[in-house]
Amino acid sequence: MGEYAALIPINVVTGFLGSGKTTLLQRLLAAPDLKDTAVLVNEFGEVGLDHHLIESAEESTLLLDNGCLCCAVRDDLQGALRDLFSRRERGEIPKFERVVIETSGLADPVPIAYTILAEPVIQHHFRLGNLVATIDAVNGPSQLERFPESVKQAAIADRLIITKTDLAADETVAALTASLRKLNASAPLYDASEAPGPTALFTEDLYSSGDKRAEIEGWLGEASHDGHDHAHADNVESFAVTFDEPLDWTAFGIWLTMLLNRHGENVLRVKGMLNVIGVADPVLINGVQHIVHPPSHLAGWPDADHRSRIVFIVRGIDRARIERSLAAFNGLANPTQVLAAPAPIRLAAQGR
Amino acid sequence: MCSLCGVLGGRGHWTDTSSHPEAFTHVEQPTRRRERQERTRLVNTVLDHYGLSLSDWAGSSYVLKTKTGQTALVENLTELWANAEQLTKHDFDPLDEALIDSLAAKAAR
Repeated sequence: MGEYAALIPINVVTGFLGSGKTTLLQRLLAAPDLKDTAVLVNEFGEVGLDHHLIESAEESTLLLDNGCLCCAVRDDLQGALRDLFSRRERGEIPKFERVVIETSGLADPVPIAYTILAEPVIQHHFRLGNLVATIDAVNGPSQLERFPESVKQAAIADRLIITKTDLAADETVAALTASLRKLNASAPLYDASEAPGPTALFTEDLYSSGDKRAEIEGWLGEASHDGHDHAHADNVESFAVTFDEPLDWTAFGIWLTMLLNRHGENVLRVKGMLNVIGVADPVLINGVQHIVHPPSHLAGWPDADHRSRIVFIVRGIDRARIERSLAAFNGLANPTQVLAAPAPIRLAAQGR
Repeated sequence: MCSLCGVLGGRGHWTDTSSHPEAFTHVEQPTRRRERQERTRLVNTVLDHYGLSLSDWAGSSYVLKTKTGQTALVENLTELWANAEQLTKHDFDPLDEALIDSLAAKAAR
């Protein structure tokens, strides 16, 4: 990976009130792998964190002119991260190699992601790492039914952790697991009692130097599960689309930027592995609402299946229309100007 | 400069392959100029549906123009769609059936 991978990763730990975020962090931060980690918390909860570098950030948001709530710079975070980096460079605090942000229970994590990816100073020093969501096995099911904040936290997460499984009946945990799978089929899901470690939760991500195949297989394997049953508050569903023919990158960029401009609030996640015309390796795309990470690539195709596969987690957007729309945009590109002429694009929805 | 927040600098837009060479193991790397030309050509095919046009401006920005002569300078595709909606007060929706039909008809020609 290039310079983007060398930036300081920021992991965000989100989860509803009392879902066990601090307890999880307490355990993880004791691991040697995370000894050089700075922690930012929105609020100090009942469980204390014993860590050498903890900063508090008051939650406040600076809304940009476009008025979109997800594209808001969290000015508390902007100030805290700039200050943290400045003190690190001056040698006033240890040279941390990672930052973990623990959000407040009702926080929307997307403005945090936007601040990290788009704030002009922060984006030169930090990158967004995995977003980890905790869901309480006892109260999680009712929270998912009643609170859109809870649904969104789980839907956009890169890692899901069910906590307090020892306090809930097995069938409750199984139903919650099924509900989370419908909401976000592509994120690895862990039981907190099995103590998933910092490698699985934080350090292995799309930009780390490790093998990304497991990450991609997680995205695409589980994503074939279609989430059409709405057992939650916000009508969120996840689905995957598969494109038989290679995509034109320029046309794809035009299409996705246009889609996210108009529907970004309802495209909670989009991630995929693309077969791009003229590019040997698969190109990986990863977006959260209006925000798209820099693209990355996988060194070689995982198997003989070289089709483009894109996972969407959306609210009230019709899959067939996404397929038709992208096919129409891709058809505009003149393949003779790029490389070999592919056959006209044919779309097939991936599903069971 | 980002027209939304009014600040200088920033990583190249995610759609620019030249800003993210590590992500694209091109068999044949297109030049930045050729990539911008192709982007302008394809965007204009879409904008034509709404009566707008786009041209490259000195290889660093793009000029978006309405039929009535209103213009906006945009840096990238994200800014393009936001500005197009601001200038025309219309939604630019890629899922609009009329647009999809129009693009499919153009592709079939």
